[in-house]
Amino acid sequence: MRPFTYERARSADEALALHDGDTHYLGGGTNLVDLMRLGVERPARLVDVTRLPYDRIEEHGGGLLIGAAVRNSDLAADRTVRERYPVLAEAVLAGASGQIRNQATVGGNLLQRTRCSYFQNVTKPCNKRDPGSGCPAREGEHHNLAILGHTPHCVATHPSDMAVALAVLDASVRVRGGSGERGVRLDEFYRLPGDDPSRDTTLDPGDLVTGIQVPPLGMASRYRKVRERASFAFALVSVAAALDVADGKVLDCRVALGGVAHRPWRARRAEEMLRGAPATEESYLRAARAEMEAAQPLRDNGFKVPLATNLIVRTLSELAPSKPGDGS
Amino acid sequence: MEPDMESENVSGEPPVRAEITLIVNGREHRLAVDTRASLLDVLREELGLTGTKKGCDHGQCGACTILVGGRRANGCLALAVAHDGADIVTVEGLAHGDELSPLQAAFIERDAFQCGYCTPGQLCSATAVLDEAARGWPSVVTPDVAAEPELDEPEIRERMSGNICRCGAYVNIVAAVRQAAARETAGRRPTERQAAGREAAGHGGAGQGPTEREAAR
Repeated sequence: MRPFTYERARSADEALALHDGDTHYLGGGTNLVDLMRLGVERPARLVDVTRLPYDRIEEHGGGLLIGAAVRNSDLAADRTVRERYPVLAEAVLAGASGQIRNQATVGGNLLQRTRCSYFQNVTKPCNKRDPGSGCPAREGEHHNLAILGHTPHCVATHPSDMAVALAVLDASVRVRGGSGERGVRLDEFYRLPGDDPSRDTTLDPGDLVTGIQVPPLGMASRYRKVRERASFAFALVSVAAALDVADGKVLDCRVALGGVAHRPWRARRAEEMLRGAPATEESYLRAARAEMEAAQPLRDNGFKVPLATNLIVRTLSELAPSKPGDGS
Repeated sequence: MEPDMESENVSGEPPVRAEITLIVNGREHRLAVDTRASLLDVLREELGLTGTKKGCDHGQCGACTILVGGRRANGCLALAVAHDGADIVTVEGLAHGDELSPLQAAFIERDAFQCGYCTPGQLCSATAVLDEAARGWPSVVTPDVAAEPELDEPEIRERMSGNICRCGAYVNIVAAVRQAAARETAGRRPTERQAAGREAAGHGGAGQGPTEREAAR
């Protein structure tokens, strides 16, 4: 591991001032320290931002403002989150282990890097780690990589469960940069790889994530995750969904997929088809299939297409059983 | 620790050292650490506390699990320099003198290990599992995430999934944790259980751990 200097920021302004090109902000370190050990990240300086005053979950505009330094376990244990945003608590609890959730921060969870094995192995080419070096995953080991929105440059998936729930909650990320604080909608926060997979997000260098704003929901919500073992594994496919049903009809509906793309995938086509449709398994299946028409599976991950389709149907069915008059 | 880190340091840049204080099993230690050192390495190499084990060194196996501020953490992923002032409990600090903790006793009674390499991590992790459950923390297998969880077998298996046992002693580990959980629940007065629930109901700030809960008794 390359030697580095360590600074503990006492304010956001100080953190920004301490950040030069060769710097990483340090949250819980559960991904960053590992990447440094692997040689994937080689910063000359770490600026610890865990003791900044962003460790609270506060009521905000009818919703919540979740500080970037809140630990994942505290977010999932929060009574308000569990009652009003079960999809968020379930998604956080579906990720990592009890130990890691105690250490990992909300900001760090958002900014964790892909677990694509080529990205994590410095002896292999990878356009995300070493732009222009190529993407061996396309022809190599990719059974758990993207089926949507990928390009010849990168087929990586974003690993966060929490971010999939935040996508369905229409959350925005609070960002402190050189020109002050701004809100970035989650849709605009994460990028698809395009021809520059080295950038996961639209953040500028030195930008500091200070929190996440979650608007009120007013719908039943749920997170479902399918993985290769029962616990402590990344998603093959996950679904975050929110559903509002009255008189057997879908009034409103939001669906996001994890494990299928370079960012949480909002299933907007499915959502459009479902608004006003009968709240039945047939509707859910039709909408899920329509969403999956855009899928471009690779040689070894075609199984994710029916898996995602079925998981969307299952999750929506759990939120609103298709009995008439059985509301959300 | 040093040779290992130096062999991976191909940049030729000199190591950076920083002064920190750690409170480990109640004893204060003033240390000058390499900024790259993990808590795991400092505990083992600097303080000679070799109960905490290095398994994968990537946060995947849980052999290095310790309690930091009363909360379980992977020592391998925690930079020591970022934990200045931290209150740490390792497996060496779980017993009170010669009196084993209820979990340690249950592990022996239930034969919850074979080779023993993962056991210190299992014990520290399970100690925190009991505390998290007492505070009403849900898990991903809790049927209703807003409800109070009961520590049944599926809950214990899920909550202990950050600790791998290559010998496969899981059946007896689960039995030991169940036994300790049952004894703790029986031993706790109803008012304390309600208090734990109320505490979990508030918005979460960091740093609430079993040490504070113990102190409140």
